[in-house]
Amino acid sequence: MNGVHDMGGMDGFGKVEPEANEPVFHARWEGRVMAIMRAMGAAGAWNLDLFRDAREHQPAAFYLTSSYYKSWAKSIETLMLSRGLATPDEVAAGHSLHPAKPLPREPVPLADVGRAIRRGSYGRPAAARASFKVGDRVRTKNINPATHTRLPRYARGKLGVVERVHGCHVFPDSSARGAGEDSQWLYTVVFEGRTLWGEDADPALRVSIEAFEPYLEPA
Amino acid sequence: MSAHDDHHEHGSELSEMALRVRALETILTEKGYVDPAALDVIVEAYETKIGPRNGAIVVARAWNDPAFKRALLEDATNAVAMLGLVGKVGDHLVAVENTPKLHNMVVCTLCSCYPTDLLGLPPVWYKSAPYRSRSVRDPRGVLADFGTVLPADTEIRVWDSTAETRFLVLPMRPAGTDGWDEERLAALVTRDSMIGTALPKSAAEAAR
Repeated sequence: MNGVHDMGGMDGFGKVEPEANEPVFHARWEGRVMAIMRAMGAAGAWNLDLFRDAREHQPAAFYLTSSYYKSWAKSIETLMLSRGLATPDEVAAGHSLHPAKPLPREPVPLADVGRAIRRGSYGRPAAARASFKVGDRVRTKNINPATHTRLPRYARGKLGVVERVHGCHVFPDSSARGAGEDSQWLYTVVFEGRTLWGEDADPALRVSIEAFEPYLEPA
Repeated sequence: MSAHDDHHEHGSELSEMALRVRALETILTEKGYVDPAALDVIVEAYETKIGPRNGAIVVARAWNDPAFKRALLEDATNAVAMLGLVGKVGDHLVAVENTPKLHNMVVCTLCSCYPTDLLGLPPVWYKSAPYRSRSVRDPRGVLADFGTVLPADTEIRVWDSTAETRFLVLPMRPAGTDGWDEERLAALVTRDSMIGTALPKSAAEAAR
């Protein structure tokens, strides 16, 4: 979706302001949110793409003005409701009022916390040969799906070059709709800064995206 | 009675967010979906174990060991796993090397993708709108916000982390560090130098 989360190239957000000696969490609840997200993901309550999709669908004003973990907490609540893991009366009460629906995988026990911390693998066996190879010129498609995509707006309809071939990966555009993994070849595609931003762009800039094969056509 | 008094009467000093998150955790715990003791351990791991020290060890080894550096640039997930120093890192890790002609910088314009296994959880600025919006278009301006200035003819390569590949910048080894062991070298390697928004500390800075 063409939401405010897709920020590449936008103006008006001001300077980057690094915080000296920044703590890992700024409040105890932030750590709980992060841990809940990891534990529920490991138990199969939702996948990463559904989680991102839930966050991207937050109202633009909320997305832009909420802290990162506040936005995450809202995403968790949204997914609990939409996945049938909790009901509105339970969220209002702050307690479980109805029997639990089983999760796809076992909840993360204290004895195996590593399961919630280890990064998953998104590589999948290839079902077909790659359409592109390193050095191929490609053009990104001009797509504007109302649903989740990982092709940022600034890199649509642009000429680039395939620089790396990563193998087949879970396709977020499908996974985020609950439509299965539909794994696709994944490439690093690099663009000249001037291709993306016009003649005024830094001539010494190149930008790459990680592009799934359905985002690309030969050029 | 005012809302403020009511707040104190219940003995709670918790913020609205703390209360809301506690409610979510309570529901999930009562349903058996999460174990609060397991959540404690996850939080503790990110607060004490999983941080940029891991990445710094990898960079220092690459500076001192040409064979490891080649392996790292070839297949970073595998190379770091073989190293055995920082535990297992997830799949799809890619290390990208800075040279006198090329400076790499990593961003996630769409959310907050970051090489957490090696750098810990991302800082707030990495997830912020200013960094995500400007990095792909005006990286030199972003670098200036960090006090980092590069020659105008140095190519800047920005890696937008739009999939599950994760990028680690391998910065250039600072001058004057010949013969340094990994421990001393690792102390030069800052988190930001592995994201590409800063350079490693110089030998002189380390001596201060």
